[in-house]
Amino acid sequence: MTKLKRLALAAVAAAALAWPAMAANTSLTMGMVLEPPHLDPTAGAAAAIDEVVYANVFEGLTRIDSTGAVQPALARSWEISEDGKVYTFKLAGGVTFHNGVPMTADHVVFSFERAMAEGSVNAQKQLFAPIETVEAVDPATVRITLKNPFGALLFNLGWGDAVIVEPSSADTNKDQPVGTGPFKLDRWVKGDRVEISAYDGYWGDKPALASATFKFISDPAAAVAAVLAGDVDAFANFPAGEALEQFRADPRFEVTIGSTEGETILAINNQQKPFDDVRVRRALSHAIDRKALIDGAMFGNGTPIGSHFAPHHPAYVDLTNRYPYDKDGARKLLAEAGYPDGFSATLKLPPPSYARRGGELIAAQLAEVGVKLEIIPVEWPQWLEQVFRGDDFDLTIVSHTEPMDIGIYARGTDYYFNYVSDEFNAIIDKLNLTAETEARYALMGDAQRKLADDAVNVFLFQLPKLGVWKAGLEGLWENSPVQANDLTGVRWTQ
Amino acid sequence: MGAFLLRRLLALAATLFGASLVIFLVMEVLPGDPAAVILGTGAREDTLAALRAQMGLDLPAHARFLGWWGEILTGSLGVSHTYGSPVTELVGERIGVTVPLAIMAILLSTAIAIPAGVFAAARHNTAADAGVMGLAQLGVAVPNFWFAMLLILVFAVWLGWVPAGGFAGWDKGWQAAVVSLLLPALALALPQAAILARVTRSSVLETMGEDYVRTARARGLTRVQALWRHAVRNALIPVVTIMGLQFSFLLVGTIIIENVFYLPGVGRLMFQAIAQRDLIVVQSLLLIMVAAVVTVNFAVDVAYVLLDPRLRLRGRGDG
Repeated sequence: MTKLKRLALAAVAAAALAWPAMAANTSLTMGMVLEPPHLDPTAGAAAAIDEVVYANVFEGLTRIDSTGAVQPALARSWEISEDGKVYTFKLAGGVTFHNGVPMTADHVVFSFERAMAEGSVNAQKQLFAPIETVEAVDPATVRITLKNPFGALLFNLGWGDAVIVEPSSADTNKDQPVGTGPFKLDRWVKGDRVEISAYDGYWGDKPALASATFKFISDPAAAVAAVLAGDVDAFANFPAGEALEQFRADPRFEVTIGSTEGETILAINNQQKPFDDVRVRRALSHAIDRKALIDGAMFGNGTPIGSHFAPHHPAYVDLTNRYPYDKDGARKLLAEAGYPDGFSATLKLPPPSYARRGGELIAAQLAEVGVKLEIIPVEWPQWLEQVFRGDDFDLTIVSHTEPMDIGIYARGTDYYFNYVSDEFNAIIDKLNLTAETEARYALMGDAQRKLADDAVNVFLFQLPKLGVWKAGLEGLWENSPVQANDLTGVRWTQ
Repeated sequence: MGAFLLRRLLALAATLFGASLVIFLVMEVLPGDPAAVILGTGAREDTLAALRAQMGLDLPAHARFLGWWGEILTGSLGVSHTYGSPVTELVGERIGVTVPLAIMAILLSTAIAIPAGVFAAARHNTAADAGVMGLAQLGVAVPNFWFAMLLILVFAVWLGWVPAGGFAGWDKGWQAAVVSLLLPALALALPQAAILARVTRSSVLETMGEDYVRTARARGLTRVQALWRHAVRNALIPVVTIMGLQFSFLLVGTIIIENVFYLPGVGRLMFQAIAQRDLIVVQSLLLIMVAAVVTVNFAVDVAYVLLDPRLRLRGRGDG
């Protein structure tokens, strides 16, 4: 055997040995706590739907990136008319759906009209409420005309609920999603996993991953075991905060604590006595030690907040010192309001551990200023029916995970806080009519301060995003401005 | 025998109908609107109404109950609210995990319990007996999900022999499927085995005192020979009875175990359907479980009658 032959053989052998390792490094198994009920982001509110398909399988005109900023997606550029009412979008070229159909402006018109139609079951139908008409100017241009100027339109079009779908597959997207994204669905083994793989005909930059599997593991202890045993490469929303120290100490894993859009609040029924008195609400805000709460209920993970706004957002105003922890101050305010000996109330707690664990701590803290709480644990469907729709509650703990949702406080008695303020509504009205970023941010600041002044709810902490993944994996979102597992930029470095 | 079977079959049908009515009524009073669960906190009233109409939830209760029975009689069980696919299809996909899991659990618990029980009986009042019964006591006291976590920790996390959970799928070959069911089956089997071992032991001890065992000993068989050839066989009748009774516990156990091992079985489907208020799936699964338990009991009754004609006469006297 010549030297050259031997070298060639060695090279082949090395390549053969290296091949499986390389192949393994383009696939990812991602753990998720909840299985999506179906895979159509335009027909359900479940976060798990977007966690699988957002940006991976389906795309909208715009997209929201990991910092929460609006980026071009299927719309490569747009122009806004002087009066802020007409948006003209230029669409990307060469876009095809996973079933081979080329995407045109007609598909955008179809998708939005479907979502806006009477009888539509889009869970976020109100996102489209400002829209008057959607027209296809030519195959690559879409014009959206609004009833009034609406500053959040570009952000709202980046939601999963506003993705572009293709008419022949629209009704079967629940089971067989057909989008324009870089990944297509391979297989959904219900109760177990969803498998996706790179779509050859993708119009944009190809992702580094060739395939990915989402595995559904709801039990926190099972999630810990699955990561330790190597069955799962990553958990972007890890359900077992108590196990994080163990992973931090293990060089095989990386732990990242990010922020989410989840404002966790002690929600107050503002029309219910004695909570209709702002002094009582302020007393509650003073009586709660947020630091102790975060340590006790969240194992130290979570950022205190003083109003209904995410700390990672550029328009955030730090109002955490508006009501410092002050038991005497709380007692004084209660006495002024006519409750020197405190009072009794109920606290309804939905299932997540931030609520159940947090609720016990809050009950203990409020007891110290004389407010005696009866804790009533409820299931989610009950919570939605009794608390959210029925206004049948005094206090509850919940995380509001919708992005940029400060506008819910303008809904008055249509929303379960039952907060009525003309002054606040005026701020939001002005915000809706403003498209210029700096002016919008200033108004968002005013809105935050107003909510804090009125102590509408006790603003507790921003829900953290607990990420645990194998070392050598990069590109997963640290924060979660929308509930998504965007895999387009994910790769293995080792 | 024909009349007996017919009577029992009619009773079975009546039981199922009664159970379906109770299940439906319980679902009715359970708080939680399935449409609200699907659409979440952002939904508007008109969207909710549209979805309710789409799911048939706007119909009056009796119409929905009759509609459900219409579906049952045509063998379809209705369409899941959340998944949008027929319940029979959902159950069909998952039964291939749960039934093999249950069978493995029964086989494992029998394989552990009967030798252990006989062994303890044969060494009655010795340290070995006390040891086996002590373990059985522990097995009865410890819940199966705790066993599950222990097994995962030892065999998946520390030793790395098996995955921590999940199901390989039958298409990956039966060995892979069996391996992924091994730990869950063991976790299900251990508490069952503990109960069965105690029953086996006392049953064997009882039969050891019977005349025919003494006769066998008198014919020159050793104690152990008499035990295996005569006592054990007769002692198994009450053991089989207990196994039949344990069947319903096994069904409930799979709901927990399938969740801990994230297996795509019927138990996990039940768990998810309850969380999502997928009423049609929950009520259909409950009915299937009731049907399974009632059918197993029916089969046990028939087996008794076949084994022991005296029961048949007694049955006729009662009726």
